[in-house]
Amino acid sequence: MSATLTITRDRRVAEMLSRRRQRSNAVVKTLCLIATLIGLAFLVSILLTLVLRGAGAIALSTFTHVTKAPGSGGGLLNAIIGSLIQTVVGTAIGTPIGLLAGTYLAEYASGSRLGDVIRFVSDILLSAPSILIGLFVYQLMVAPAGGFSGIAGCVALAVIVIPIVVRTTEDMLRLIPVSLREAAVALGAPKWKSITLICYRAARDGIATGVLLAVARIAGETAPLLFTSLGNLNWSLDLTQPMSSLPVTIYQYAGSAFDDWVQLAWAGALIITMGVLAINVVARLVLRPRS
Amino acid sequence: MPNDPNERPTLPMSTTLNMAPPLVREQSSAASVLAGVPARLSIQNLDFYYGANRALKSVDLDLPDRKVTAMIGPSGCGKSTLLRVLNRMYDLYPGQRAEGRVMLDGENILDPGLDLNQLRSRVGMVFQKPTPFPMSIYDNIAFGVKLHERLSKSAMDERVEWSLSRAALWGEVKDRLASSATGLSGGQQQRLCIARTIAVRPEVILLDEPTSALDPISTLKVEELIDELKQDFTIAIVTHNMQQAARCADQVAFFYMGEMVEVAAAAQMFTAPKQKRTQDYITGRFG
Repeated sequence: MSATLTITRDRRVAEMLSRRRQRSNAVVKTLCLIATLIGLAFLVSILLTLVLRGAGAIALSTFTHVTKAPGSGGGLLNAIIGSLIQTVVGTAIGTPIGLLAGTYLAEYASGSRLGDVIRFVSDILLSAPSILIGLFVYQLMVAPAGGFSGIAGCVALAVIVIPIVVRTTEDMLRLIPVSLREAAVALGAPKWKSITLICYRAARDGIATGVLLAVARIAGETAPLLFTSLGNLNWSLDLTQPMSSLPVTIYQYAGSAFDDWVQLAWAGALIITMGVLAINVVARLVLRPRS
Repeated sequence: MPNDPNERPTLPMSTTLNMAPPLVREQSSAASVLAGVPARLSIQNLDFYYGANRALKSVDLDLPDRKVTAMIGPSGCGKSTLLRVLNRMYDLYPGQRAEGRVMLDGENILDPGLDLNQLRSRVGMVFQKPTPFPMSIYDNIAFGVKLHERLSKSAMDERVEWSLSRAALWGEVKDRLASSATGLSGGQQQRLCIARTIAVRPEVILLDEPTSALDPISTLKVEELIDELKQDFTIAIVTHNMQQAARCADQVAFFYMGEMVEVAAAAQMFTAPKQKRTQDYITGRFG
């Protein structure tokens, strides 16, 4: 008798708990969905505006002409090429440094005091306002040299790249199971070979993603360039001279009173966005695990 | 090398580095139980510490040349620890240390001045979980070989084929050597790891529960492989599976709480163990 009672009561409790779980599941699911929609709404709104306004502003001359005085046409050729150069050189400087530092943190400095300090400083750098980095490089390179230069812009961008690559490299290397390292060591591989030949390969996709994130980030950076490469309305590939870039040009044109400049700013914004999108798509295709 | 070159005609002997000196029989520790078989590797009075914790206590054990020695015992008894001493894997981790002697060809491998990378080319290891490297099947094999030898492309091709054949995998992968090793099944991956290990042509192969992550058919294949490989290699296998030990091993050592309780020929161990603790374990009374 009492046994039956207990069983009945248990089932009732179980049903009540189950209903409660289903209710809270529905609530949380709805909240998640709403949050996702809010986030997406902003993104879609930005992209839609960008495409609608930018697509109309882009013409062949955007890619073939350099920036000119208001009212006289012109394009963004110098800004596009300037951005490409500074992004590529900045990535090329920052990636090896970040990669090696991240490797040091993950493979050689775990548990060491020095490693903790470096990781901490790198994380601070990761979230440092980019205008500070611009001012830092200004003091380091522009002021002593007596003038703005493309290379100073590259260095400022490299400083932004480094902590991003450090963090992803360290995280990705730490994800590699101990068993894989032990397997390499068990074959007689010295530590540096197991890192460079096995761990890098295993972490390749993650590290490459980190580098691409860094590229995407610096492709749109404006503040560090204002104090370093400054911008250049004329055609220049000379890294010792001020160099034009898309973000700085957008910054200058978008706030101007001239209609054609504002149009070019829209075009520039769309070009950057599409460029970053293209990088991501290509990266996904290239890095897709071969089946 | 402990092998008869006639048994492996595809292996170019001209590339043989690392020729082992003739067997040097160290003073018998009376731990060998297979009459007439010299020891390839001799563990003498070995203690092992994880920090202050003594995980192995005065272990004496000989691994007879080209025989299979199984190490059995409950979890935490020290058998895997012992295996990781034999290729100095513990050296990766600070705080772990071994005391005593482990003689391989007359040389104490616990000697601090020893070249560890060279030691590991002589004492290979296969782990519990298959660990294919993220590269092609061919490169998985070539990776270890390249660490120790300079081979021409054709010599490397031969070595890859030889080791994959010895690991009973050649037929399954010969048409896709360039594809990724991670696409193989678990059992194939484990045989690839065995192939990778023997490609370096060690004298001793350590197997740390090599089939515990495999299905019964893959397990059977690996066990057949072990039987085949002992013609050329001295093998030590850690296993939780008593039937596996009985099937594969010539000699079985039972460990309990860091001590080697008993070592005997496989047939004797499972029919007439001398120690009560051994009997209790193999009859399933504990562990």
